[in-house]
Amino acid sequence: MAQLTMVKAINDALRVELSKDENTLIFGEDVGVNGGVFRATENLQKEFGVDRVFDTPLAESGIGGLAVGLGSQGFRPIAEIQFIGFIFEAMDSILVQAPRLRYRSGGRYNCPVTFRAPFGAGVKSPELHSDSLEGLITQTPGIKVVCPSNPYDAKGLLISSIRDNDPVFFMEHLKLYFSVKGEVPEGEYTVPIGKANVVREGKDVSIFTYGAMVHTSLKAAEAAEKEGVSVEVIDLRTLSPLDMDTVVQSIEKTNRAIVVQEAPKQAGIAGELIAQINEKAIFHLEAPVLRVTGPSTVLGFPLIEEEWIPSPARVQKAIQKVMSY
Amino acid sequence: MARTKQKAQSLLESEIKVAPITTFSVLSPEGKIVNEDEVPGLSDEQLQELMKRMVFTRVWDQRATGLARQGRLGFYAPVAGQEATMIGSQYALDKEDFILPGYRDIPQLHFHGYPMYQAFLWSRGHQHGGQIPEGVNVLLPQIIIGAQYVQASGVAMALKKRNTKNIVITYTGDGGSSQGDFYEAMNFAGVYKLPVVFVVQNNRYAISTPVTKQTAAASLAQKGIAAGIPSIQVDGMDVLAVYQAVSKAKERAANGEGPTLIEALNYRIGPHSMSGDDPTRYRTKEEPTEWEQKEPLTRFRAYLEGKKLWTEEMETGVIEEAKNTVTAEIKKADQYPKMKIVDLIDSMYETTPPHLEEQKAEYAD
Repeated sequence: MAQLTMVKAINDALRVELSKDENTLIFGEDVGVNGGVFRATENLQKEFGVDRVFDTPLAESGIGGLAVGLGSQGFRPIAEIQFIGFIFEAMDSILVQAPRLRYRSGGRYNCPVTFRAPFGAGVKSPELHSDSLEGLITQTPGIKVVCPSNPYDAKGLLISSIRDNDPVFFMEHLKLYFSVKGEVPEGEYTVPIGKANVVREGKDVSIFTYGAMVHTSLKAAEAAEKEGVSVEVIDLRTLSPLDMDTVVQSIEKTNRAIVVQEAPKQAGIAGELIAQINEKAIFHLEAPVLRVTGPSTVLGFPLIEEEWIPSPARVQKAIQKVMSY
Repeated sequence: MARTKQKAQSLLESEIKVAPITTFSVLSPEGKIVNEDEVPGLSDEQLQELMKRMVFTRVWDQRATGLARQGRLGFYAPVAGQEATMIGSQYALDKEDFILPGYRDIPQLHFHGYPMYQAFLWSRGHQHGGQIPEGVNVLLPQIIIGAQYVQASGVAMALKKRNTKNIVITYTGDGGSSQGDFYEAMNFAGVYKLPVVFVVQNNRYAISTPVTKQTAAASLAQKGIAAGIPSIQVDGMDVLAVYQAVSKAKERAANGEGPTLIEALNYRIGPHSMSGDDPTRYRTKEEPTEWEQKEPLTRFRAYLEGKKLWTEEMETGVIEEAKNTVTAEIKKADQYPKMKIVDLIDSMYETTPPHLEEQKAEYAD
């Protein structure tokens, strides 16, 4: 099996789907000739032609509208938004038009669009290139939100996202593009949307997390192990809908929980997850559920980025605190 | 090196200018042909059909306005004054062509095959109002001004990729021409040479804001020039001019020659919507009266009467038919099964996910 970076795994997933289904189209800014600013679409235009993989004018709302229009006619558009901060220009398509098409048309139309965007801090990018905006999208019914933490999941989840008959927002953490390598099978395979993954088993405390924070949490878990605390780490993988079965099962075992997210603390995935834990598992808890997050500020790019992003040390502190009850 | 003899242009001379805009028309406000060369080749029956549809739409609009006042409709945006643009543009289409409407463009949808009772259901917010029958090529009335324009490019690209000869027509208003989406859509369609006809119905007001406060441009039509697409301003109260302009734009689009922008000048005689808009707050008393002299039905009626193609009996017949249709269709909408929360929940995704299944249980009968 090939060892691939996450960006290569994404490229591979796109190639698999372009080969398999001629209704699959890729477009966005600089995705064609240039192969994407991170090379996620490298060589795809060469292999599949300009009718299938093409550059767009620099206009995100136009890209969003193109995706919704094509999606309504049975194509499977994969629209790249070059950086997460640029989604604001396309929010009408992402949060309104695509998610509502099925409901608005009483099922006559659906919108099988996959929006892909890189996000996440830690690579010293300019302002509004690396914020964690998943909370904005998960607030909206009708669109799924997927966020892989490793190359294997990235390929399998992206294939599932493209094949999904509802819109999916696929979030690719910038720091993981080139820094994480892993075994990726050739050809097609899927990782299901809506299923979390236990990446490290433990019995004392559960950490629920996603994206780059999976790796941060694993480091903290290893450090805690040395202090005699057994930490379970669960990679949520899908942020909407959340896999509450896996979350509750883990809490029933450990009775303690922490949610780690890179996004600012207020009104995010952690808040939603804790609310649902409160509804479904409160009698299994022996301590309050803690959050380790970025501060409720704009992202401190790039000079104080490293301090801003939740660190293994901060997660370790939370582990100690939750164990002290 | 020899100095060039030709004097370079001054900065002022180099300024790019738009030539004066002329409005394309076929009929004068009195209903006389003013443009022999551009009279569309329509049969007597087709001309009568255009008139029937305009009268039908006017009666439907009056009834819908009344129903809205009684609280029997949800959202309703009156169409009086815009019939020539709506009816003439749709009449130029083939059944397989696609319409991407704004919320006022219900008549075009209806004459393209969308049942009237569904329009009433849509107005009330019943999701089955949007359940467009198979084979009727329209998308839902758009609420977000301009969103239909960018999606029109997407639908047009789909038609082009499937090698159909069909086209997309999309509508917005003068207010919509201020949206970024208006320009983005034309720009995309220009770059990819997409089969789209962009219609902007300049009915002079975006709720209360007059077109002079939307733009410093001398016309809305010229906004297409910046996107590099053919652009035209047409008398939108002249049904023959609208039909002719849209037919030509459709032909170009179907031949792979790309998009066209058509600015249709008309006038919204009624309020913006039936949700409390009071036009006397932003119009002079005289203004609607002046416009009524140019209004599309009077003009086309005069033209047809001159050709002995229209009689009072025909007019009365259409009025009766329209009244009966509206009565029957609103009854059908009234009798339609109520919408349920559980159905709403099930319409969010192809497969309802566990968290929504749980919420469904809270609303089960």
